[in-house]
Amino acid sequence: MTSLTLTDIKKSYGPVDVIHGVDLRIEPGELVVFVGPSGCGKSTLLRMIAGLEPISGGELRIGGQRMNDRPASERGIAMVFQSYALYPHMSVRKNMSFGLETARMPKAEIGQRVQKAAEILQIVPLLDRKPKQLSGGQRQRVAIGRAIVRDPQVFLFDEPLSNLDAELRVQTRVEIAKLHADIGATMIYVTHDQVEAMTLADRIVVLRGGKIEQAGTPLEIYNQPANRFVAGFIGSPKMNFLEASVSRRIGKEVELDLAGTQLVLRNDDAVAFGVRPEHLKVGADCGTSLGQMTVTHVEQLGGQTIVYGRFPDHQQIVATLDGQRSVTTGDQLPLSADLAQCHVFDAEGRRAAALAA
Amino acid sequence: MAVDETLHYRAPVWSRLRGQLAGYGFLSPWLIGFFALTFGPAVSSLYLSLTDYSLMSSPRWVGAGNYVQIAQVDPRFRAAMNVTFTYVLLSVPLKLIFALAIAVLLNKGLKGLNWFRAIFYLPSLIGGPVAIAVLWRQVFASDGIINQVLMSVFGYEGPSWIANPDTAIYTLVALAVWQFGSSMIIFLAGLRQIPQDMYEAASIDGASRTRQFFKITLPLLTPVIFFNAVILTIDAFKAFTPAFVISDGSGGPIDSTLFYTLYLYQEAFMNFRFGYASALAWVLVAIIAGFTALSFFSAKYWVHYDD
Repeated sequence: MTSLTLTDIKKSYGPVDVIHGVDLRIEPGELVVFVGPSGCGKSTLLRMIAGLEPISGGELRIGGQRMNDRPASERGIAMVFQSYALYPHMSVRKNMSFGLETARMPKAEIGQRVQKAAEILQIVPLLDRKPKQLSGGQRQRVAIGRAIVRDPQVFLFDEPLSNLDAELRVQTRVEIAKLHADIGATMIYVTHDQVEAMTLADRIVVLRGGKIEQAGTPLEIYNQPANRFVAGFIGSPKMNFLEASVSRRIGKEVELDLAGTQLVLRNDDAVAFGVRPEHLKVGADCGTSLGQMTVTHVEQLGGQTIVYGRFPDHQQIVATLDGQRSVTTGDQLPLSADLAQCHVFDAEGRRAAALAA
Repeated sequence: MAVDETLHYRAPVWSRLRGQLAGYGFLSPWLIGFFALTFGPAVSSLYLSLTDYSLMSSPRWVGAGNYVQIAQVDPRFRAAMNVTFTYVLLSVPLKLIFALAIAVLLNKGLKGLNWFRAIFYLPSLIGGPVAIAVLWRQVFASDGIINQVLMSVFGYEGPSWIANPDTAIYTLVALAVWQFGSSMIIFLAGLRQIPQDMYEAASIDGASRTRQFFKITLPLLTPVIFFNAVILTIDAFKAFTPAFVISDGSGGPIDSTLFYTLYLYQEAFMNFRFGYASALAWVLVAIIAGFTALSFFSAKYWVHYDD
């Protein structure tokens, strides 16, 4: 188990900076998920840690040792690629032992390691097949097996589930979580899928535009998003943002005018009000009333009902209601929410610290 | 018992034919070319190979006589086989290695790649015609560029490479290898097909560049190598122009550049033994077919196909 320290890590391609000074410490045995929209630099960051991309600035330490200029094979890492990157002309066994043979490990030990990894991943019957004879899920396992046999200090996963179908993705996700629990190695996992991030991570690192927006446990990220971007990125359907205007200030408190409803908040420059769809309730007696919603569209998921609609000032709002509700287009729903579960963001999108009615 | 008529319904012959007519229409230039210029002459040459025919009188049936003579008593046939096999077995592997080496270098993503690619391809573009063979004669002549370089750099007076029966064939091999461009272009395309992440996985696995080349690049390139090898082998067996130009059509000195096709040409158009030449042609067809069949048979042991 090994820690990683990234200090002011930068990446630029010529004059274009793509990673702008990332600072991050990853504890031994931790599973950290890098998440963010396409082009946020999450894969680039992972590839810099792997040694597949040169580091333009800053320092990378793995297990306390500076790794900036060490070749990939000497960093004690193993990587699982999005495309699996299995060698198509080699059997599964050969694929898994290639790295060990390159390192001139004794044959007997290679055999043992491959056998053990194959048992963990339940791919022993596949050992003598070629990758083309395997399904997507099986290829994924082989790719993970190839990483395991190296007995790395750090596992790197680059969107490993994105080529699998939905059912297999959930199944493999659970298996990766189990694998992490079993072998306890440090893992870094890149994904654009927030559900993967929430379910797998000990800690989530949300990236945007080559910068860390927030790093924290999944529930920290969910409950206390640092800013409007993080609040909107994590959660599905995404958080409602309602434009609010300050109607009155009384000392430290402000009165917000939200879609015609007056709210008193303990903050002085709030301009956007955020509430997650799942925190909205129907009825006037379930917290603070937010206003009347006119329903424009309803999605019945069976366990939940997702209601889309507008406030009287035409701001859009989405509510996720428990169970099956008989709501139809055109209905008027009085919405309310517990203010403790709501968020207020300032002009720069930063989340205001405290919120109280 | 009632029979379901629809099951047995077929469109009238004419209407079906009309549907296919357009297809044959588009094929017609090729079909006419094939039957008039390839198939017809091929069939008649097969017939002529069983005759004695000098163009002056009508063919005289000799059965397998020509083939027996080729197999048993013809010393120049052996000489031609010798020269041709030397040429094929040297020029094909050398050309493959050369083309692959240059393709690998060009694939490194260096600046001005397109220029280098064009320059290296140039000999193949202008390579076929007689002019190049004439140029080659100048390069390897006793006072040619090669010898001038040898003289000025090493002070060594080189022989006339082309006039010397021991070296003449190698000048032709060199000429063939120099025209590596089209194989190189195909190799380049093949190299581009190998996914980058294969090399990234290999570099994480600790494989050096050399090991990556032999363990990843080469195996994944085998379908392209196979394709190039088959095409080059067939071409090399059929090679004619360079030997014809360099030896003035004689295959000399002392039959040392007597390519099989050149010998065939001499028999037909200088000795007017069309029957015998036809038999020689069919022997060459058999040799090429045999070689190609052997290649395809061996392919399953060394060519890796992805799917």
